Amino acid sequence: MKKKFDPEKVLYATASIVFFFVAWWFITTFTPAKNTTPGPVEVFVLLITSFTKPIGEYAILGHLIVSMRRVLVGFGCATILGIILGIAMGSSKYAEAIFKPIFELLRPIPPIAWISLVILFFGIGELPKYIICGIGAFTNVTLNSYTAAKNVDLQLIGCAKMLGTSERGIFLRVILPSCTPQIFAGMQVGLSTAWMAVLAAEMVGAREGCGWLIQRGSDTLNITLVMVGMIVIGTVGLILATVMRAAERRLCSWNVMGE
Amino acid sequence: MECDGRVKENRMIVAKDVKKTFESMGNVNEVVEKVSLEVKENEFVVLFGPGQCGKTTLLNLIAGLELPTEGKVFVNGKEVTGPGPDRGVVYQTTALFPFCSVMGNVEFGPKSRGIDKKTRRERAQYFIDLVGLTGFEKSFPNRLSGGMRQRVGIARAYANNPKVMLMDEPFGHLDAQTRYMMEEELQNIWQKEKRTCVFVTNNSEEAVYLADRIVILTNTPTQIKAEIEVNLPRPRKYSDPEFLKIRRQIEDICEETL
Repeated sequence: MKKKFDPEKVLYATASIVFFFVAWWFITTFTPAKNTTPGPVEVFVLLITSFTKPIGEYAILGHLIVSMRRVLVGFGCATILGIILGIAMGSSKYAEAIFKPIFELLRPIPPIAWISLVILFFGIGELPKYIICGIGAFTNVTLNSYTAAKNVDLQLIGCAKMLGTSERGIFLRVILPSCTPQIFAGMQVGLSTAWMAVLAAEMVGAREGCGWLIQRGSDTLNITLVMVGMIVIGTVGLILATVMRAAERRLCSWNVMGE
Repeated sequence: MECDGRVKENRMIVAKDVKKTFESMGNVNEVVEKVSLEVKENEFVVLFGPGQCGKTTLLNLIAGLELPTEGKVFVNGKEVTGPGPDRGVVYQTTALFPFCSVMGNVEFGPKSRGIDKKTRRERAQYFIDLVGLTGFEKSFPNRLSGGMRQRVGIARAYANNPKVMLMDEPFGHLDAQTRYMMEEELQNIWQKEKRTCVFVTNNSEEAVYLADRIVILTNTPTQIKAEIEVNLPRPRKYSDPEFLKIRRQIEDICEETL
C-alpha cells in the first residue's frame, strides 16, 4: 500500500493553495479589480467575525448546519431510493421496461428547474429543500446503480447458485457488493449535485443557509459576504468528498487495494 | 419411476442420451449429440476433446447450469433440474467473488446454507490449509497469483462438501510450471479428500496424469469417441514409458477424426 503522507505531495498541495491566495491578494491590491473585489484579508476578517456575530438569524456555523442538514437528508433519501430503483432496473427486465423510459425523460432536467414546481406543491418549508437536493443526487445514484447492476458478472451469479445460495443471498451477497464501487462513484457526483442544488433552493425561498448568505450578500452589494459564503461552501464540499472517499476505501477495500 | 436414475451400486453420475441444441437467430446449433455417460463414485473422469467441442456444455449439463434439450442427467440418483450444492464447480476463469477475502470465498457456500460460523470457519480453514493457502485467509483475490486463485476455487468447491466436483479446464490459463505444480497438488488433494470428479481439458498430458478414465469426445456435435482406462499407479511420472504410451494412444484416436 501507498504511504499516507507523501511529503512531496504535501509540498505541492500547499504551494498551489498558497499561490492561489497570493494571486488573489495581488489582483485585489495592484489591479483595477481592487475597487470592486475584496481581498483575502477582508474576507477572512468577515469570516472570523461571523463566527460570533450573526448574519440574519444565525452565525455562520448555524447557516452551515442548516444547509448541511438539507443536503444530507435529501442526499440520504435519494441515495436509498436511487440504489433500490437502479438495481431493480438493472436486474429485472420488467422494472427496466417500466421505469427506464420515464427516468430517461426526467433525468436531463436539472434540479434547479424543479424549484418553482416544488415550492408550488410543498410550500417554503424544509421539505421542498430536501426534495430539490434529492432530485440532484437521485439521478446520479440511480444511473450508476443501474449500470452496475446490469454489468454484474453472470458467472458469479451462476457460481453462487451452484454453492446453494438463495435468491435473497444472491442479491445481498453477490449483486449488491458487485455494485458498490460504482454506486459510490454515483454518490460522489450525487453529493456535489445535492450541494449545488441546496444553494439554488436557498437563494429562492429561504431565510437561512449558505445559499441565502450569498443571495443576501448579492442583494446588499456586500461582495465580501458573497465570498465568505463561497469559501465556506468550497471547504465543506471538500470535507464531504473526503469523508465519502474514506467510506469508499473502507467498504470497497477489495477494489482499491488492487490499484 | 426413473429406474435409470436409481443408484445402481455406486453410479454417481448418469447421463442418458443427452442432447443439447442452442438456438440463435433462427439457426439451430447442435452442440451435444446423444451422449450417454456413467461415472462411478469417487472416480476421476477426464473429458478430453478439441478446443471448441461441447465439453464445457456437457459439464454445464451435469452442473445444471444448462438443461438438456433431450435426455436426462442424474446425480446421486436424482435428476438434475438446476444448479445445486451437491455439485461443486471449479471454473477456468476462477469466478472468485472479488469482494470476498480468501476466507469469505471459501466459506461462501457453507454460509449460504446456514451453517453456523464456528463450524464453517473450521471447515473453510481445513480446506484453505489443504490447498496450501495458510496465511492468506484475509487476502483479496486481486492480490493473488493465478495459481493461488485457482487453489481458492478448489477450496471453495470442496468446502461446500459436494458429492461431485466438476472442473472446467481449471488450469487452462496457467503457465506451464504452475500448471504442473497444480496438477500434482490437485492429485494430492483428491487422494486425501476423494470425490467423484469430472475434469475437462484439452491437454492430453494433464488428462493422463489425473484420470482414472479418459473420455475422448469428438468435435461438435459432441459424441463420445472412445474411452481409455488409466491404471497407472499414483503419483504418476510424465516421462514414464507407460504414461507416454497412453498419450500416444490418445493422439492416435484423435487423429483418426481428421
